[in-house]
Amino acid sequence: MRLKRLVALCMVGAMALSFAGCSKNEKNNAKTNGNTTETTNKTEDSTSTDTTAQPAEDSSNLSGTVVITGSTSVDKILNDMIDEFQAINPDVTINYTGTGSSAGIADTIAGSNDLGASSRELKDEEKADNVKEVVFAHDGIAVITNPANTVTDISVENLAKIYSGEITNWNQLGGNDAPIVIVSREGASGTRSAFEELIKLEDAGGLTEDAMVVEGNGNVQTSVAGNENAIGYVSFSFIDDTVKALTVESVEATAENAKAGSYPLSRPFLFVYDENNYTAQTKAFVEFALSEDGQSYVEAHGGIKID
Amino acid sequence: MKTTKIREKIIETLFLICALISVISVVAIIAFVFSKGLKPFFGENAYSFTDFITGVHWNPENNQYGVFYMIAGSVFATAGAILVGVPIGLLTAVFIAEVAPKSIVNIIKPAIELLAGIPSVIYGAFGMGIILPIIQKISPQPQGQSLLAVICVLTIMILPTIITLSESALRAVPNSYSEASLGLGASKMQTIFCSVVPAAKSGILSATVLGIGRAIGETMAVMMIAGNAIGGIPTSIWDKVRPLTVNISMEMGYASGRHQEMLFATGVVLFVFIMFVNITVMRITRKAGEKN
Repeated sequence: MRLKRLVALCMVGAMALSFAGCSKNEKNNAKTNGNTTETTNKTEDSTSTDTTAQPAEDSSNLSGTVVITGSTSVDKILNDMIDEFQAINPDVTINYTGTGSSAGIADTIAGSNDLGASSRELKDEEKADNVKEVVFAHDGIAVITNPANTVTDISVENLAKIYSGEITNWNQLGGNDAPIVIVSREGASGTRSAFEELIKLEDAGGLTEDAMVVEGNGNVQTSVAGNENAIGYVSFSFIDDTVKALTVESVEATAENAKAGSYPLSRPFLFVYDENNYTAQTKAFVEFALSEDGQSYVEAHGGIKID
Repeated sequence: MKTTKIREKIIETLFLICALISVISVVAIIAFVFSKGLKPFFGENAYSFTDFITGVHWNPENNQYGVFYMIAGSVFATAGAILVGVPIGLLTAVFIAEVAPKSIVNIIKPAIELLAGIPSVIYGAFGMGIILPIIQKISPQPQGQSLLAVICVLTIMILPTIITLSESALRAVPNSYSEASLGLGASKMQTIFCSVVPAAKSGILSATVLGIGRAIGETMAVMMIAGNAIGGIPTSIWDKVRPLTVNISMEMGYASGRHQEMLFATGVVLFVFIMFVNITVMRITRKAGEKN
């Protein structure tokens, strides 16, 4: 009897423990959800508990804050870099706010941030002698079709026409007489917003209702591999034998072409800073972003590393 | 003596806490979903609730959040699965409970139990690998992702629920019913369909309603085969659909601000549907209880 009770108590205890485990997970989830909101404010506290991310080289004496504003396209890469950087340099606080590339660049020019993040080249009117730019990654999107499709090249203009529903048959592009099955991504996808921005889909009337929407690069790839008439777009790393990457404006979808800027569906991710306001901790963060460690996050989120 | 009493009390309290966890969870979930999901419709810069509930375009970038076509998609898919699944499930249940010899039952029952245990992502993979290519071949539309594909997979998914519950309802019918029927000269089939099945009606009905609940709430398998269009009410079984559950699951990961609140609002709509289903189940089972 006594033994049974003991066992029952143990089991209840174990259950309570497992519930505690649950709530911890929930908290972590809530934290990651919090990261997806526009503003993230990371202090040392949030990372100091993260013991696994504590590398050996913990000897830096950097301190202070770094304010980063700008592109939202880079938020996943940047948030990971910031987490890691703050783990190495516990006395540095980095605040990153996703405000859009233009706002980030404007902030840097006005001197109201330490570092601006941009997912496009600087326009001529934004360039100034004291404003420096550093490319820390490239982003490229490949247009894929089924290997059975006879079309091999596509123009940016035609892409916009396909995705807005103006071109609906492959024979309008010199292919077989078959309807085009459009595969797109879910509304919150960064690849989708980058793709739509690069082909200027909004000007062409926005995504057609005929488009199929799937979740994630992998599902785009399998959907296109499974349908002879499908067209889709994915990060470069998702090109394989089951699909065919089209050349865009006769340029092949390769990392080299994306880096050179000749591939139309590519863009640089860059930092901009004011030479006269370049603190040691900001410089350290930029250097970290360009290091092998920092670049691994670029790759993890589907970007193309710099050399 | 006294220590035993204290121990008893402690254990009792522990049980109470365990029991309260589910109650607290339900209350917390309702409060959370509703508070988040109703936020966009109030205050400054509010989104019109009518636009939300009657809209047929979902385009977060353009601030278009219409869920009517998703409601239609969910309802059509569920209705289709019930229309196909309930007759198949009921006949299987009748076969197992009344007709089949023991040796065959021993094969069918484990198969059904296994079917109930398969994770839904596997159903989705099955749908992608087997059902989509077939539909793609016969469909007038160029893609296989469609309402029909969703109905096919949901039908298979709700079968175990319907079969198991209907079977126990049939088995619960007292033998005297069929004995009387057979004694009056009715054939075996007449007995089953005119006496046993009507007597098990309420059990079969609640099985159906639970099947509806399962079908309307299914997410993963459906997301992989529905096509998930960004707008337009489905007008045929070949059209792409985007059920409510899929909308939430597909975009919640990276959504923020208004977009995220709208996904919670979608959750509220889904919640209202599920509550409606649950209340119906309670009504039916209570009625059955009164009869007995």
